[in-house]
Amino acid sequence: MFDLPTIWAGLLALVILIYVILDGFDLGIGILYPLLQKGEERNTAMNTVAPVWDGNETWLVLGGGGLLAAFPLAYAIIMPALYVPILAMLFGLIFRGVSFEFRWRNPRHEKIWDAGFFGGSLLATFSQGIVLGAFVQGIAVDGRAYSGGWFDWLSPFSMFTGLSLVFGYAFLGTMWLILKTEGELRDRLYKLSLPLMLTVFLLTGIVSLWTPFLSPEIFARWFKMPTLLYLSPVPIIAALLAWRIYVNLKRQNDYRPFPLALGLFVLSYAGLGISIFPYVVPRAITVAEAAAPDASLGFMLIGAAIFLPLIFIYTGYSYWIFRGKVKAGEGYH
Amino acid sequence: MESVDNIALLLARLQFSWTIGVHILFPSFTIGLASYLAVLEGLWLKTGKQVYIRLFKYWVKIFAVVFAMGVVSGIVMSYEFGTNWSVFADKTGPILGPLLAYEVLSAFFLEAGFLGIMLFGLSKVGKKLHFTATLMVAIGTFFSAFWILSANSWMQTPQGYSINDVGQFVPEDWLKIVFNPSFPYRLMHMVIAAYLTTAFVVGAVGAWHLLRDKTCEGARVMFSMAMWMAAIVAPLQIFVGDMHGLNTMEHQPAKIAAMEGHFETQKGAPLILFGIPDMEAEETKYAIEIPKLGSLILTHHADGEIIGLKAFPKEDRPNSLIVFWAFRIMVGLGTLMASLGLFSLWLRWRKKLYDTALFHKAAVLMAPSGFMAVIAGWTVTEVGRQPYTVYGLLRTNQSAAPVEAPAVATSLLIFIIVYFVVFGFGIYYILRMMKAPPTPGQTPTASSHPIGLDSIMSTQTGKEDN
Ligand code: HDD
Ligand code: HEM
Ligand code: HEM
Repeated sequence: MFDLPTIWAGLLALVILIYVILDGFDLGIGILYPLLQKGEERNTAMNTVAPVWDGNETWLVLGGGGLLAAFPLAYAIIMPALYVPILAMLFGLIFRGVSFEFRWRNPRHEKIWDAGFFGGSLLATFSQGIVLGAFVQGIAVDGRAYSGGWFDWLSPFSMFTGLSLVFGYAFLGTMWLILKTEGELRDRLYKLSLPLMLTVFLLTGIVSLWTPFLSPEIFARWFKMPTLLYLSPVPIIAALLAWRIYVNLKRQNDYRPFPLALGLFVLSYAGLGISIFPYVVPRAITVAEAAAPDASLGFMLIGAAIFLPLIFIYTGYSYWIFRGKVKAGEGYH
Repeated sequence: MESVDNIALLLARLQFSWTIGVHILFPSFTIGLASYLAVLEGLWLKTGKQVYIRLFKYWVKIFAVVFAMGVVSGIVMSYEFGTNWSVFADKTGPILGPLLAYEVLSAFFLEAGFLGIMLFGLSKVGKKLHFTATLMVAIGTFFSAFWILSANSWMQTPQGYSINDVGQFVPEDWLKIVFNPSFPYRLMHMVIAAYLTTAFVVGAVGAWHLLRDKTCEGARVMFSMAMWMAAIVAPLQIFVGDMHGLNTMEHQPAKIAAMEGHFETQKGAPLILFGIPDMEAEETKYAIEIPKLGSLILTHHADGEIIGLKAFPKEDRPNSLIVFWAFRIMVGLGTLMASLGLFSLWLRWRKKLYDTALFHKAAVLMAPSGFMAVIAGWTVTEVGRQPYTVYGLLRTNQSAAPVEAPAVATSLLIFIIVYFVVFGFGIYYILRMMKAPPTPGQTPTASSHPIGLDSIMSTQTGKEDN
């Protein structure tokens, strides 16, 4: 059970989850940009993530590099299959990444990079949602290679997951900003938060119901006894979390909604994992089939064991240094 | 079908060389600049002189912009292995994957984690910790170069592997893989290249401001530091480059033959200074040569034997025209850099370093020399190893992904446009920041950056206001 491929499947799943959560809220801020007032409010919103965004995005690099290293076959099949949405994501990330610096460089160009920050975040998020949907849906494989065309990823389901992720990240971004800001900005976000949460709930619900119908295998996993029994806590806990978020938003407790919203993301993610395991390319290639030899996985595990704890420590430290509300105009000092 | 595949392959190669060629420009600058910033901050802490922190402030803003461009162009690279070179990724993943994973774990997180503190945190953490953060970023850039160059060098001089039944390279001995034969030379040569690139940019900015105001303290200090670097490190680079070449001759003789423009294997080979290697006619036309010197440099014997391209089957030869000229551009620039560096020593000795306008103009002209040499050098390395991606083992035309030509063509076109637009803006902002003199009371741009950098000034009064 705990052989190296399984350990790495677990670790990679964790890495991607961390990425989704961390970059989720900072991409979300980009998506919310048009709803914030030009100038001061947008400055403040960006400054809540400016010191940490690069670290957040590094989890994406680890996800890609880790997949290449641990499951080269899966990497070699998934990337060409999802060529268009992956590249679209990269283009989005380029615009949004440079906006963090470019935006301050010339006041007359602020508009351009506000648009770049919004458009880039939106494109990157939508593409990630499509990647997710197309991935769950399944990928055509022949031998050791992808065998479909360059538009196979396009389907109603993948469009829908794309849309859902946009709202999902925007929701996380809202919760983050409520945590990190105050005054008028925060009040406006409170107003936004309830409708946004309901939308996210609706969309997630539809995706969850839709997924089992993508394939009989997933269906069987969710709706047969006794699995149904073991799995029933997932939606129940989700409903509970949503209720707590609702209550805390009503009470205007700035600090609780964000971690609760993260919990909601973790749960949806777990649900997804349940639908996919033990495949790395859904219903075509299993974890065991795609795994690199133990000599590779073992060597990397040493690195992960040494560096991941260190990374957690200094990343945590960095968040700790920049803790607290970011005040308009005066930033961090 | 055959021809369509070839087009897809050609496009994929163009896309890879374009994206990596742009990416490498940024690390070449940030690896050097990160170390320079650490030195500046260290000097400030040690001497307390304001000019050092002023220069730190000046360059850290530029660093942040270059770094952001390095990050976004780098993320592209890490996915491109899969999107465009999936067969290569499948086969080499068990070896290259872990090296890249180590790069992410030991380098990228370190840089990214401490960059925020370096840029925004001086008022939050105090001087000592802030200096630590700067050091961590600098160390991170070095680790990054270490791992990626190990990966690249393994592709040039593979060892410590075996091949399994599905055709993947699998690791046998990690020490041999990481420390493969060309790696030490490539690492040294590249890191020095990054230092030189930075030195010539810093030197050019210093010189530019000296031309306007000879007394500007910040300009004098940065110009002087850059010229020390040029004087010491540029000659060193020539020496290291020579060793690198000797190592290449041992492991990739076809690349050396292409660099030298030699088609015939000969004893006592001449050094061809200039000429036009013609792959079809199998000769170097219009060659201007110095007898015996080629053998003397490469074998350290006037009559040593040098293998020519004809010793290899036609389909195994790298394109000599490109490699030959790229090599001459790099060496020519290296020689110019060393000359400038040595001349600065003489001026310094005559106490005219800050007063020789002609020399300052030359230094301004040399600003892009590092970048050009880096691109030229990588062209030698990468084109010279064709037609293989893993030298002697995996051909480039067997490495590509099964992506259709129109898809690659579209993405290539977008890459070209997006890079020109986005990085064009970035370079414009950088030049604007460099245009502002490094004098007190000058805010380099009309920036309204409300956090961070301005806080560095406020800490000079030593107050912690949070
Ligand atoms: C500032 C940059 C710079 C300068 C001044 C030089 N180089 Fe260089 N060179 C590089 C930057 C570089 C590089 C970009 O860093 C390369 C590409 C890959 C590598 O390992 O280093 C390179 C590659 C490279 C190679 C190819 C090795 C291979 O692929 O196997 C050789 C033989 C040399 N260099 C030799 C020299 C010599 C004899 C120089 C004397 C003037 C010189 N270089 C100056
Ligand atoms: C260190 C990391 C690097 C890795 C792992 C790497 C990997 C590769 C691979 C897999 C190819 C084969 C694809 C092809 O033929 O186009 C290639 C080609 C190429 N690379 Fe690199 N590369 C690296 C660095 C660089 C850099 C810094 C440059 C800078 C200019 C560069 C320039 C090129 C060029 C011009 C080609 C095309 C050669 C040709 O197709 O004739 N590479 N590289
Ligand atoms: C194909 C080869 C390459 C890949 C896949 C690659 C990948 C990446 C990635 C993903 C990043 C962003 C890291 C972050 O999120 O912070 C990055 C940045 C960086 N890369 Fe590359 N890279 C390649 C070639 C090179 C080469 C040849 C060098 C230098 C010798 C290099 C040195 C760096 C450095 C120092 C950074 C930090 C950012 C910066 O300084 O601009 N990379 N690279």
